Amino acid sequence: MNNEITGAEIVLKSLAEQGVEVVFGYPGGAVLPIYDTLFKQNSIKHVLVRQEGGAIHAAEGYARSTGKTGVVLVTSGPGATNVVTGLTDAMMDSVPIVCITGQVPQHLIGSDAFQECDTTGITRPCTKHNYLVKDVNKLSSVFHEAFTIAQNGRPGPVLIDIPKDVQFASGTYEEKNKIIIPSHRLFEPSPDFEKNKIEEAVELISKAKKPIFYIGGGCINSGPTASKLVREFINMVGSPVTMTLMGLGVVGSSDKYSLGMLGMHGMYEANMAMHECDVMINIGARFDDRVTGRLDAFSPNSKKIHIDIDESNINKTINVDVPIIGDVKQVVEKMISIWKDKKYKIDIDSLKLWWDKINKWKEVDCLNYNNEGKQIKPQYAVQRLYELTKNTKTFITTEVGQHQMWAAQFYKFEEPNRWLTSGGLGTMGYGFPAAIGAQIGHPDALVVDIAGDASILMNIQEMSTAVQYRLPVKIFILNNEYMGMVRQWQELLHGGRYSESYTDSLPDFVKLAESYKAVGLRAKTTDELDDVITQMIETKNTVIADIWVTKEENCFPMIQSGSAHNEMMLSKDQKQDKKSAEKGKILV
Amino acid sequence: MNKSVYATPDEVSETKRHILTVLVDNEPGVLARVIGMFSGRGYNIDSLNVAEVSNDENISRITIVTHGTSEVVSQIEKQLLRIVPVHSVTNLDQEGSSVEAEVALVYIYISDTNKKKVYQLCDFYRARKIENENNTTIFEIAGASERVNRFIKEINEITKVEIVRSGPVAISSIQKNEEE
Repeated sequence: MNNEITGAEIVLKSLAEQGVEVVFGYPGGAVLPIYDTLFKQNSIKHVLVRQEGGAIHAAEGYARSTGKTGVVLVTSGPGATNVVTGLTDAMMDSVPIVCITGQVPQHLIGSDAFQECDTTGITRPCTKHNYLVKDVNKLSSVFHEAFTIAQNGRPGPVLIDIPKDVQFASGTYEEKNKIIIPSHRLFEPSPDFEKNKIEEAVELISKAKKPIFYIGGGCINSGPTASKLVREFINMVGSPVTMTLMGLGVVGSSDKYSLGMLGMHGMYEANMAMHECDVMINIGARFDDRVTGRLDAFSPNSKKIHIDIDESNINKTINVDVPIIGDVKQVVEKMISIWKDKKYKIDIDSLKLWWDKINKWKEVDCLNYNNEGKQIKPQYAVQRLYELTKNTKTFITTEVGQHQMWAAQFYKFEEPNRWLTSGGLGTMGYGFPAAIGAQIGHPDALVVDIAGDASILMNIQEMSTAVQYRLPVKIFILNNEYMGMVRQWQELLHGGRYSESYTDSLPDFVKLAESYKAVGLRAKTTDELDDVITQMIETKNTVIADIWVTKEENCFPMIQSGSAHNEMMLSKDQKQDKKSAEKGKILV
Repeated sequence: MNKSVYATPDEVSETKRHILTVLVDNEPGVLARVIGMFSGRGYNIDSLNVAEVSNDENISRITIVTHGTSEVVSQIEKQLLRIVPVHSVTNLDQEGSSVEAEVALVYIYISDTNKKKVYQLCDFYRARKIENENNTTIFEIAGASERVNRFIKEINEITKVEIVRSGPVAISSIQKNEEE
C-alpha cells in the first residue's frame, strides 16, 4: 500500500501532530531506526543528554515551566532503567511526560537478549499507564492516547515501549482526531458533577470565622487561569492563604493574604493558622506527610473542604467534610459565581480577630537567622539571589535538601510555573537537568538551579549538555561540604554522629565549570556575594557559582517528624519532647 | 458525621471480608496492574479470579476477595479506578445483595474401608464424581465458600485428599432492567 510508512516514521509523525517541539533523549541499539528518522527531519529538535536520568528530569523541567508535555526518547535495557527515577518523580509530582523506550525485537523478547529488560513490568507502578506496542498499525493510536492520558485529569508519565522490529515494520498512520478513546480510560467530570458539593463548600466558607486556604500543585497543573481564579476568590473572601512546596507561586509571595509555605519547614504563622482554623479550603493539595505532621493532631477543630481531581486523594490520610472531585479551574470558577450570586460576605469582625491572631504569630519572625560575621549564611545567599533577580523573568529549580527548603523560604515567587522542585519523591539531581529543560522552553529567561554540593554531583555530567546547546543555565551551589539535611537530622535525632554525611574530595567547582568550557565563579565571604551573583546573571554562558556557606547551619523552623503543626521548632535550642522525638525517629 | 458521599465514618470500622468485582479491558498486563496495585500499596488479596466475560467487547471480570476496614476498602476501590483499563469497580458488600459461588476439585484417596463413608458424604454435599480415563475418584463441588469449607473439613476427617479451589466469583443479585 502506498500510504504505509515505517514504525519509526509513525513515531515522529505522531510527535509532530501532537505539537512536540523538543525531545530529550539518548540513542542506543534498540532505538536506532527512530534516531535515523529523526536525522531526516527538521521539525522536532532533539536534546542529547549525557545520561538518561538527565533526559527525563529535563523533560520534567520543560513540562512544568511551559505547561506542555515533556517527551523522552531512550533505548532499551539500561536506557529504560535509568529513567525509572524520573518516571517515579513525575508520577509523584503529576508531571505530564511521554517516554519512548526502544525494546529488543519481538522474537527476542523473553530470551534475556542484550540490553533487554521487562520495561513495561518495571515501570508499571511508576507510570500512569504504559504500552508495549506489538503491532505497527496500532502505534499512532497508542501515541495519541498516551499524550491524552499524560495530560488528562491528574497528569502523569506514560511510557511507550517499541520493539525494534515494529520500528522497521510498515503500517498506516492514523490522525489524532480519528482516534476515539473510551471514556473509562480518561477522567471526564461532567460540568454539573459536584454542583451541590460546591454550593455546600461556598456556604461553609461564608460562615467561617477563621478560614484558611491551603493551596497545592493541582492549581498549577490546572493552568495559569486557575491561579488567577484562586487569587480572585481569596481576595473576595479576604482569607489568609498558605501554599505547599508544589503550590508556591499560585498566590504571589507579596500578596497581602499570603502566609507563605506551610509544612515541615513552612512558616510558623502558616502552620499555626492551619492548626487553629475553623474552615480549611484545600485546593489541589493532597495532605502530604510533609504538610500534615502528626495526623491525629492535624487541624483538630476545622471543617475541611478538599478540591482534588484524583478521587483517591479524598480521605486517604485526612478525612474531609466536603470533598469535591474536579479540575481546580472549573470548580473555583463555579465557587466564585456562587459567592457572587448569593452575595455572600464573611463576618468582618471575626475575620479581623483572626488576622490579629495571625499577625501576632508573624511577630515570631520564624525565618530569622543570625547573619553576623563574614561567612555567608545560606539563607542570606538566597535572599541576595532573590533581590538581584526579582526584576528579571526568572525560573528557579532546586535539588533536594536544605538548600531546597531555604530556596522555598527565602525566594519569593510571584507567579506560577516559575518554581521547579522535586516535591513528592525528593530526587537529588533533579534541579540541574530540570533547569536545562526549563531553559530550552524559555530561551530568553534566567534559569537558576539552586543546588547543594552533594545534589549537584548526582547529575553533574549534564554540564556537557548545557554547554553543547549554549544554555545559559546558572548553577548556584550553597556549598557546605555536607549533605546538609542528612547532617541536620543526624544532629537533631542521632546524637550528632555525622555518619557518611560529610563529602570529602569535592571537586573544585570553578575548575570543573572551566573544564566544560563554562564559567566558574566563587564567593567565600559576604562582601564577594553580590558581585558573584551579578556576574553570574550577566554571563551569557553556563555558570557554576560556588557559594561557600556556613557549614553547620540548620534549616528552621521545623516540625520534627511525629510532631504537630503547633509544635514547631524555631531553633536548635528548642528541643522536641523526648517521647515524640523517639516516635518521630522511625518516620522519614 | 458529615453527609458527604465520600465521607468515611469518624471511628475506624472493623476489618471485614469484601468482594470486589472489577471490569477491565482485556489487554496485556491488566492483571499485573491490578495485583501490582494491591502489593505495592500493602493491601490484601485473599482470592482472585479472572475470566473474559464478553466476546465482543473484549472485557474481563476480575473478582477479588479482600479484607480490610471500610476506609481501606474504599481506598482500594479508588486506587483501582485510577488504573487506565479499569471500567468499573463494584463492592458487592455495599451493593446489598449478591450471590457467590466457587468450584473445588477434590482428589480423594479411597480404600475399601472408607469408600462407603466417602460416597455418603459426597452424596450429602452433592459433590459430583468426574469421569476420567484413569477412573480415579475426583469429585467436583460447587457453591458458597462456606459449604465447600465444610465439605473439605469433613472429607479430611475421613481420608487423605488433594484439593484445588477456584476462589469465589460473585454477582450482584439486585433486580436490573434488561436495557441496562
